[in-house]
Amino acid sequence: MNTWFLAWRNLLRNRRRSLTTLLAMVIGLVAILIFGGYRSNILYGTQTGFVQQTGHLQIQRKGYFLDGGDNPTAYGIAGYEGLLARLRQDPQLAPMLVIATPTLQLGGIAGNFSGGVSRSVMATGLIPEDRNRMLEWNDYGVISYAQPLPLVGAPGDAVLVGMGVARKLKLCALLESADCVPVGQPAAGEGAGVPDDVAALSALEGSARATSAENRIEMLAATARGAPNVASLNVIKASNMGIKALDDVYMAMHLAQAQRLIYGTATPQVTAILIQLRHTEQIPAARQRLAELLAESGQEGLEVLDFDTLNPTYRQTNEFMDSMFGFIALLIGVIVLFTIGNTMSTAVVERTAEIGTLRAMGLRRSGIRRLFLCEALQLGLIGAAIGVLTALAVAYAINHSGWSWTPPGYAYAYLILVRVGEDLPLLAGSVTGIIAVTLLSAWWPARRAARWVIVDALRHA
Amino acid sequence: MHPVSLCNVGKVYRLGAVEVPALSDITLDIRRGVFTVISGPSGSGKTTLLNLIGCIDTPDQGEIRVAGRAVQSMPDDELSDFRARHIGFIFQSFNLIPVLSAYENIEYPLHLAKVGAAERRRRVQALLEAVGLESRRNNLPAQLSGGQRQRVAIARALATAPGLVLADEPTANLDSQTGAEIIALMRRMQREQDVSFVFSSHDPQVHAEADDVIFIRDGRIVGVELKREVAREVVREGALEVQGERS
Repeated sequence: MNTWFLAWRNLLRNRRRSLTTLLAMVIGLVAILIFGGYRSNILYGTQTGFVQQTGHLQIQRKGYFLDGGDNPTAYGIAGYEGLLARLRQDPQLAPMLVIATPTLQLGGIAGNFSGGVSRSVMATGLIPEDRNRMLEWNDYGVISYAQPLPLVGAPGDAVLVGMGVARKLKLCALLESADCVPVGQPAAGEGAGVPDDVAALSALEGSARATSAENRIEMLAATARGAPNVASLNVIKASNMGIKALDDVYMAMHLAQAQRLIYGTATPQVTAILIQLRHTEQIPAARQRLAELLAESGQEGLEVLDFDTLNPTYRQTNEFMDSMFGFIALLIGVIVLFTIGNTMSTAVVERTAEIGTLRAMGLRRSGIRRLFLCEALQLGLIGAAIGVLTALAVAYAINHSGWSWTPPGYAYAYLILVRVGEDLPLLAGSVTGIIAVTLLSAWWPARRAARWVIVDALRHA
Repeated sequence: MHPVSLCNVGKVYRLGAVEVPALSDITLDIRRGVFTVISGPSGSGKTTLLNLIGCIDTPDQGEIRVAGRAVQSMPDDELSDFRARHIGFIFQSFNLIPVLSAYENIEYPLHLAKVGAAERRRRVQALLEAVGLESRRNNLPAQLSGGQRQRVAIARALATAPGLVLADEPTANLDSQTGAEIIALMRRMQREQDVSFVFSSHDPQVHAEADDVIFIRDGRIVGVELKREVAREVVREGALEVQGERS
């Protein structure tokens, strides 16, 4: 019988104590795995959302990300079509690409003059087919809340707005909300403050448009040369954008429409080229290749930004969840450390004479250490196995419970999900961690046992 | 060469600032292949002397040679290996490993001595038969009587075929009849296996069976009685050097 066998027999010697210790380990491991799975779901879910919306990488003119948000025309990328073709045909980059698509960001004022209302919006000119393909990206198999853009096949003046924009512009037909006051029916107390002539003009405009295009709005924006430009747009849908701040300003339109609004008859440009890769891990390689291609293309003043940089909240969420997970894991680790340490110390004290006997028979000090570490390792392995199975069962129960919550700043509830089985690094890390903690907790008692003077130990018989 | 030689050995226990001499100026040779008893009243130093001979304690002065080797200067690991191969122990409280069966307890020292599996089986089987516990081979120590436990302990001590077996008051926890049986068994095993047995005991039954008796009092040898001259032909030359097969 080897050390492994003897250690196993010793664990069975005091079953109740071993079970209690196992229970502490299992509870600790389950807590770590469930919270880790929750963190994992949030991080992968957030990453998926950002990658679906903004791609893994974006080519932008230098400075646009930090300073160009309110002046996209100054940071336009000319000749973007040639650059796009180069990216799509590159033998190194193409296999990594899901899609590369241009986009134009612009700000403006959207007005529903029939309702006498207007508000500033942040509009995105895009190619709907490309964007819908981007929304299909789900490398981690999370629940995706993304809805396909309804702009595919829609007329060139069709736009999509956030629910907040629709509400402010009184596009009640799109909202199905009792709170929305339709055009021509002023809310209680609102009519008293409106001059009669303005109210009459609004009513006239409203009656003229309502029959033909109730969701038609006007978009006022500044062209690249600084002149005002207006486009008449047809809002075909109002969508919940998830985050309220975005919901209140969001507008999406065909890229060509956005370019006409900003550049008129001049050569159109875009503010970014979105690049979505097959896997997030390909970012470094793709980024390096993009830098080479940009240098070869002769396009100057462009830079490549990753989604992590483009979406600071992703990094902040990441760091917040990591710190929470680290704190909880540390806390549980310390509890498990002392629980197992106490068990092993008690075992060492109870078996003092036995240790003396083994040493007298010729077992080396290292053999005594190995014996107790072996017991701890077996406890750790069994605890880890039971802990993982229990965590998987708890995760299954949570994932099928239908529990949901609304994150701060978000407009709708998200399902509470935990990714335990799907997150192998989490599983491997937690199991390794708990086993390491188990060994660490046994190390000191094992060392103490190994250093006992044999004759002193034998006196405990 | 004597299996055990002690020259001017002394041992002092320190209780805080107080020094208590346990052994003083012990010079002694244990004869090969004999049944030696260290006799003396409680506190006389019997167990300390046995511990020093068994290499589980170290002297403060003097030299101890076991199987011809100076043991007090050996590093701990080397000393452990030395004990595993050359010395068997029988304890007053039996000191069997409670989670191992009788068979496994006897087998354990063979593991330490790295004896191969087939040879282990053969030796354990032979020892179980020799001590009359073949039918109890799978019993845990808690399922055995005191006498049976001590039989297992004797078999365990002899498992590696050591040249020297040390027994500290082996009959102290047994009734007189069982004690007598155990002494008879040890005597028989000692003769059959030609091993040097050294006991600490003040049990008259043990004295009666002894070849040599060393009287000790207050940490000093006060007398040696060579009760029987050991026939030279009984003594196997180099008994201590003959060890079991090793894998």
